Amino acid sequence: MSHLLSVHDPRGYPPKVSGKHLAPRLDGLDGKVLFLVDCLFDNSEVFMNQLRDWFRQHLPAVTIRLIKPRESWVDDPEMRARVAAEGDAAILGVGL
Amino acid sequence: MHTQVFARLVKSVAKVNGMPTVRQAFVPQPVVGRSAADLRAYIEGEDAVEGGPFIQRLIDGLTGSLQQDDIGAMSFDRSTPRLLEPDTEENLRDKFEEHRWTDFLPIVLPTEERVAAMLKGTSQAPEQVVGRMQPARFRELWEYTVEKVAVNAVMAGARPEYFPVILALAASGVTARSSSTTSQATLAMVNGPIRNEIGMNAGIGAMGPYNHANATIGRAFGLLSQNLQGGSVPNESFMGSQGNVHSYSAVCAENEERSPWEPFHVQHGRRADESAVSLFMGGWYIQFGGGPRETWEEKFSRSLAACDPFSGPVLALDPLVARGFVDRGFDTKQKLIQWCSENTRIPAREYWDNQWVQTLLLPQAVAGVEPYASHLKADPDQPINMFRPEDISVVVVGGETGAVWKILSGTYMGTVSVDEWR
Repeated sequence: MSHLLSVHDPRGYPPKVSGKHLAPRLDGLDGKVLFLVDCLFDNSEVFMNQLRDWFRQHLPAVTIRLIKPRESWVDDPEMRARVAAEGDAAILGVGL
Repeated sequence: MHTQVFARLVKSVAKVNGMPTVRQAFVPQPVVGRSAADLRAYIEGEDAVEGGPFIQRLIDGLTGSLQQDDIGAMSFDRSTPRLLEPDTEENLRDKFEEHRWTDFLPIVLPTEERVAAMLKGTSQAPEQVVGRMQPARFRELWEYTVEKVAVNAVMAGARPEYFPVILALAASGVTARSSSTTSQATLAMVNGPIRNEIGMNAGIGAMGPYNHANATIGRAFGLLSQNLQGGSVPNESFMGSQGNVHSYSAVCAENEERSPWEPFHVQHGRRADESAVSLFMGGWYIQFGGGPRETWEEKFSRSLAACDPFSGPVLALDPLVARGFVDRGFDTKQKLIQWCSENTRIPAREYWDNQWVQTLLLPQAVAGVEPYASHLKADPDQPINMFRPEDISVVVVGGETGAVWKILSGTYMGTVSVDEWR
């Protein structure tokens, strides 16, 4: 029988996963304020402008507001607070 | 909304952030470089991963009712064990490869005896927490102890006397396995007495595979990064499109003894008799030349202008080159850095056309941060400085067999004490 070796696991320690509840969904979008959050990846502004235009043409009862964080890849609490205070829903994109 | 190539990654990120059912929609890759009409076609087309109309997935994601999975996401612990189940050497080698815990070069299996021997290279307790690391800002931070770093140091073939340098690299929290789509690597430069104590090479072939300490410390940095941060697996936790050869090993020592200038760590606030390691993230480009010769200014300006404006250059100069610059009046590194900053210029249109300048510096320019705000106001054809002085690093490396230099991509990430990990 081959000799058995005892070796260490090379992996680090991941943080515990804490389950979160998703926010309640809307009954519909008519009359609602929808924020489009531009995450600042290259050319995402052009994409978001096109998405805004699509909503305006096809779902004009939805109020679209474009918004950007202050800095790429860094949390912007003020922006999040504004979306929460003034919006009914948000879509983030486009990128990671 | 994401592009399709990130589907596995973003679903994994959602899961470990406790929201496995968060609504996601996917457009084709790429968005970068596509016209408004192309992007409109994405919006009016199919979801590139899930199928069905993309726009309908957006609307469905915002409306309707939540399911049980949406409101009752599981909390769970993902602890990793200290030891694996005992097995044969052959099976364990297969296991390490199957789990992608290696760089696919042969490893030294981290037996209890070998790890215990590595731990003798430091006075720190095995259970002491060294730091936390992540492959990208979007990923969760994993934590690791002295013992976990030792395990990876053993795997790389490092010797116990190298362990304080490896611990310092781990303590930096800077990964050598960035998930960036640009395939970033992390280069490291060791300064101070530890270089000679452990036999590091700063002379002939310092940046190549010609020294046990250089090679295995660099490899250990890579292995510990991928294993302690939670992986570096293509299409899951590594998204570098082309990969980077520097990721195998990219650690060397500065040739302080033959340099006419102060050591790099002293430039960054350390005493000369301290040992420290400095990190540079990039590894995208390499320029090469000799001299300084009569036309060095043209060559340097051209080489620096060919660098990527988002990744600051590290000038790695053979001691012969460094002394040649002293002969031309550059009696400090800072004077050469200043010259490089002032003489590396490209048209504003070219600067702002860079994808990463667009993504990461444009928001700062819009917010009024200098010098980016002024760069943004420049006419498209107006030459602007590519690099601030603080973006440029100078180190002295080489064995004086030739008056040669390299310019390597490497944004300075900081200098970490080695002595604190002895």
